[in-house]
Amino acid sequence: MKHMNRIIEDLAPRKFGKLGVIWTVFLVVVSIAGIIAYIDQVIKGQIVTNMNDYALWGIYISNFVFFVATSFVGTVTVSILRLTNNNWRTPIVRIAEIISLAAIIMAGLTIMIDMGRPDRLLNLFIYGRLQSPIIWDVIIIPTYIVLSLLLLYFPLLPDLAILKKHFEKTNPKLSRWYDRLSLNWKGTEKQKSIQLKSIHLLAIFMIPAGFVLQTIDAWLFSTLFRVGWDSTNMGAYFISGASVAGVGALVTVVYVMRRAYKLENYITDSHFDKLGKFLVLTCLIYLYFNINEYVIPEFTSKKEEITHLNHLFSGHYAPMFWFVIIGGLIVPIVILLFKKGRKPLPVFFVGIFVVLGSWWKRFLIVTPTLLNPFLPMQGVPESWHHYRPSAHEWLITSGTLAMCLLIITILVRYLPVVPIQRTAEERKLSKSDKSLMS
Amino acid sequence: MGKSLKIGLAALIGGLGLSKFSSINARSEADANGTVELMDVDGNIVQVDSKEVVEIENSHDPEIAYNVREGDPNRKYVMVIDLAKCKNALSCQSACNKHHYITGEHAWLKVYKMQEEEDTAPYWMPTTCMHCDHPACVTVCPVDATFKRRDGLVLIDNERCIGCRFCMAACPYSTRVFNWGDPGQEVTLNMDMEVAHQPHHSVEYAGMPSLKGTVDKCDFCPHTIKENVLPHCVTACPNGVFYFGDKYEDTVTNGDESLRLSKLLADKHGYRLMEGLGTKPSVYYLPPVNRLVDFEEGLESFTDYQSVEKPGSP
Repeated sequence: MKHMNRIIEDLAPRKFGKLGVIWTVFLVVVSIAGIIAYIDQVIKGQIVTNMNDYALWGIYISNFVFFVATSFVGTVTVSILRLTNNNWRTPIVRIAEIISLAAIIMAGLTIMIDMGRPDRLLNLFIYGRLQSPIIWDVIIIPTYIVLSLLLLYFPLLPDLAILKKHFEKTNPKLSRWYDRLSLNWKGTEKQKSIQLKSIHLLAIFMIPAGFVLQTIDAWLFSTLFRVGWDSTNMGAYFISGASVAGVGALVTVVYVMRRAYKLENYITDSHFDKLGKFLVLTCLIYLYFNINEYVIPEFTSKKEEITHLNHLFSGHYAPMFWFVIIGGLIVPIVILLFKKGRKPLPVFFVGIFVVLGSWWKRFLIVTPTLLNPFLPMQGVPESWHHYRPSAHEWLITSGTLAMCLLIITILVRYLPVVPIQRTAEERKLSKSDKSLMS
Repeated sequence: MGKSLKIGLAALIGGLGLSKFSSINARSEADANGTVELMDVDGNIVQVDSKEVVEIENSHDPEIAYNVREGDPNRKYVMVIDLAKCKNALSCQSACNKHHYITGEHAWLKVYKMQEEEDTAPYWMPTTCMHCDHPACVTVCPVDATFKRRDGLVLIDNERCIGCRFCMAACPYSTRVFNWGDPGQEVTLNMDMEVAHQPHHSVEYAGMPSLKGTVDKCDFCPHTIKENVLPHCVTACPNGVFYFGDKYEDTVTNGDESLRLSKLLADKHGYRLMEGLGTKPSVYYLPPVNRLVDFEEGLESFTDYQSVEKPGSP
């Protein structure tokens, strides 16, 4: 019992320190700036962006694709590690669930920012046609939001009941919230069996849903004729890229949580070692699909393809392209292949580079293709031959990223980032194992 | 409630029956014996019992059947662009810009300076919307705002468009333009007068008015076709480059001469742009051969960075 109290004491949510408060205020400010910029965009129209009839999609879309990709972490870690009985996952799954939920909610919001007529959103439901890949997105994103929410919520129930008790005296108001949310969890056998079964089913559903989500995102591009999108590689390419973005985001947040909440006893070096291995696996698979995507068209050298690839390899986008490939993929692979590279701090830095690389990678998928149309660009202003996001676009995009981090921040403030009940059970089990053995 | 509904239904059916009966009587001049005189297919007059005469609805009554999303089912509009005649006079573009009140930076009709390779000859290539029979833009539109009509036209309902620009990304001909900001057409005095004549907003008057946050493009001028007038680009061209017509009638005209479409395409080796993509355009091109004018003459009016003349600009 004393042991349990210790775990609760360690893992129960705590008030933010000074740094946490500054961080939260910062995110709120950036989010509000983004909202103000968006309101201005709604009033003036998307003329405030630097998009044009050639670069007809910009960072709103690439940022959307980034959010969708990151939300894959729920599928790739929570579900797959659960169904493959990787028990080391316990202290990191809740963080993965939180990232997944925050990212997919923001994906749903960011896609609306790109709409020229957000006031006609309901037309998607009134006149929606199933043959349009956009409608596929309209169906799968809310589905994935619900699945992610439930996959976060169901495993939380026992912890919420524990927290209700924990805060009964010190913070009765908070305790009442935990009470309401815990759905009268008593920990009876029947409740446990229903809960386990539900989580298991959700974990199974998350796999096809996640794959469908990423594939549809890929098909938004590969169903079109454009050079650089018209590729049968896209589905698998996006799924593997999403694993990279998702696990990259996960290791980064896990590191920050461990530092901020002093969870070194729960999230150990061995967890980073395993996460590092996981990340290097996803990076290697993604590298493989990148080779398919870039090397084969280079080999056959069709005129349009080669123009496109030259823009990436040695033209205007070369610095960004090589940063993404080398800094966001090859260097992380090299670092993570060594045991020393899978210590917490190097994994954290690798994670940051992987996430940055993932964000810019989506930019490289969207923009260069649009600026390489089949017919030459003529009769349009000189500025239309390039695309550099405007201040509005940066403000709004930063706002969405800040909102995503804000959702994560709020959730980790009020929810135990490491599952309390499960950790306690596993520790008890391992203890009794030891006593049996001795 | 149920009873009154039934009575209402009975009255309705009865009324329909009566009106039908009276209309037959009125049209077939039945005599007292209940027979009517009719002409059969061989031209003989025959006596028929009037009970056997049933009026059938005329299935092609244009007044009733016309649906703006269907167009005229008996037409299939096509265009032929003779590249041999084009010398980049740009009258087509100014006429199009003017009549569609284009206020943005991007004309719907563009004349490209084309040269496939260094060794091959340069030529001028006007492009309109291709009004494809397999339109990629229509396939991907999530809300059916852009649609394909039976007369071949691909049009946009800009009161339904949500501005996702998926159609623009889908179109391989880069033909679609977007109203990024307020189109600001009300400054064109001319337009206010014309709009006053329009009973209501219609997809057949694309660009009038253009709406912020929606897509526009060449519409093949259904508003002129309706009045038996050729599209603005066709009538404006001083060199007879554009031919417009009906594929079912196998006839196209540039205003000066009317030609057999099939013969024209066969004789002059007509082709369509990017045939390999399977979009099946309604616009055919005749290759730039045996040209009467130098390509260089067109360079005078060529502007790399402009396709819509702005008030105040040279």
